[in-house]
Amino acid sequence: MEAADLFGLLVIGFAAGMLGGLVGVGGGVLFVPGLVLFLGVSQLEAEGTSLLAMVLVAIVGAARQSGYGNLRLRDGLIVGILSPIGVGAGTVLANNLPERTLELSFAALQLYFAYGLARRALRSPDPSEAPNG
Amino acid sequence: MSARLVRLGLIATLAGVFSGLFGIGGGSIIVPLLILWMGYGEREATGTSLAAIAVIAALAAAAHALYGNVDPVAAALIGIPAVGGVLAGTSLQQRIPERAVSAVFAVLLVASAIALVLL
Repeated sequence: MEAADLFGLLVIGFAAGMLGGLVGVGGGVLFVPGLVLFLGVSQLEAEGTSLLAMVLVAIVGAARQSGYGNLRLRDGLIVGILSPIGVGAGTVLANNLPERTLELSFAALQLYFAYGLARRALRSPDPSEAPNG
Repeated sequence: MSARLVRLGLIATLAGVFSGLFGIGGGSIIVPLLILWMGYGEREATGTSLAAIAVIAALAAAAHALYGNVDPVAAALIGIPAVGGVLAGTSLQQRIPERAVSAVFAVLLVASAIALVLL
């Protein structure tokens, strides 16, 4: 491995973790292209490897947020443990619907979420900025 | 079964569906829904999302490992700098207004939706 590739992994890994800490995602959106680009692994292997890296990031991030009083562990574990139901449903959908339909559905869901969050950010008062909470 | 548990189950199912389909961890589904459906504050939503992702990613990584698609050395090479990043990111998050997290998230979601439609 070249020094430049190692540096690339360092930068993209740090950026993925930073994003994860700021907005609560696992960082896979940066891990996967980073692994393909700098280590030359296949897309499939990058996805599997990215998931392992995400476990590390998510545990450290959740523990840190717990220290700040921002973790509802029970709810988080319930969502995690029940998610395989959705994975099963997703596999059925993937085998029965055109890929384009799935992509467009996901894009529509993301736009709906963006609308809700943007409305909240623009309109509702921010409790963290109010004096004495 | 409480309405609350049903909502958590729905969030889990949606996160699972799209993580299975698009190889994501589910955070982009979990964080908005904890805020919009469960009345979570932004910081609580991101912290709780990370706990859920730890479980989801561990299950999915185990499944990938069965097929030999997990490289632990590569995971460490990118994951260890990411641990530094997540410590910096969570620390920074405590210093910005909560609503700014919603605003950043909305922008990322729009960018992702555009990429899905166009690419």
